[in-house]
Amino acid sequence: MKIKAKVKKDITKVKMLIKHPMETGRRKDEGGNVIPALYITQVSASYRGQRVFHAEVGQAVSKDPYIAFSFKGGLPGEKITITWLDISGATATGEAAIK
Amino acid sequence: MQMKRRYFLASLCKAAACIVAATSFPRLAFSGWNERAFQAETLDGAFKNKYPGLDIVDSQAIKLKAPAIAENGSVVPVTVKTDLPDVKSISLFVEKNPSPLAATFNLGPLNVADVSIRIRMGETSNLVAVVESGGKLHRVQQEVKVTIGGCGG
Repeated sequence: MKIKAKVKKDITKVKMLIKHPMETGRRKDEGGNVIPALYITQVSASYRGQRVFHAEVGQAVSKDPYIAFSFKGGLPGEKITITWLDISGATATGEAAIK
Repeated sequence: MQMKRRYFLASLCKAAACIVAATSFPRLAFSGWNERAFQAETLDGAFKNKYPGLDIVDSQAIKLKAPAIAENGSVVPVTVKTDLPDVKSISLFVEKNPSPLAATFNLGPLNVADVSIRIRMGETSNLVAVVESGGKLHRVQQEVKVTIGGCGG
């Protein structure tokens, strides 16, 4: 997961690029077999233990999702933590320091 | 017999602790996924499942940024911004996708209502952004022409 967070005029803009196949469950492989659905359903971000973002996503989100959001406050050097959950129950967490 | 009972109680506690550890963190981070809204197959159905009982009004106060023509429907960049007060959520719908609801951003008092995401569009369709603010739904829409669809394979 790639995360970039930058504060400007007291607003922190967070951009993330998550590596995930985002299989819709509607695609077929070369043999004509349906590739089972495997997509992220929730993405959440926290700053100093407080939640600053939550997204519910579906099959219509592109492979290797890119999401950006902003929040007030946020200090350079402090960490932003991002966690995702997919339909298989798999989850991953990444963090980055605010610039 | 007493030992057995003690052992049983200890293992029961351990099991309970494991369950708490396994479930408490995701619960903290993940507050839910509206499965019914994501599985709705029509735009109206998705609206109703996502925002039951709320009326939708067209609004000029939302800025929806998306390409007029998307050469590749599998990666369509979308940005939604608004100056409306107390934004609780922003949802994106693609009218002609098999499941119209693409994403919902749940915002809190710290958030600035400015979100971006890349989505898939199966064919040329209206893209609808809905902002939940002050107990009302505000909508803006735009047609995106898709040259190559992003849902097949």
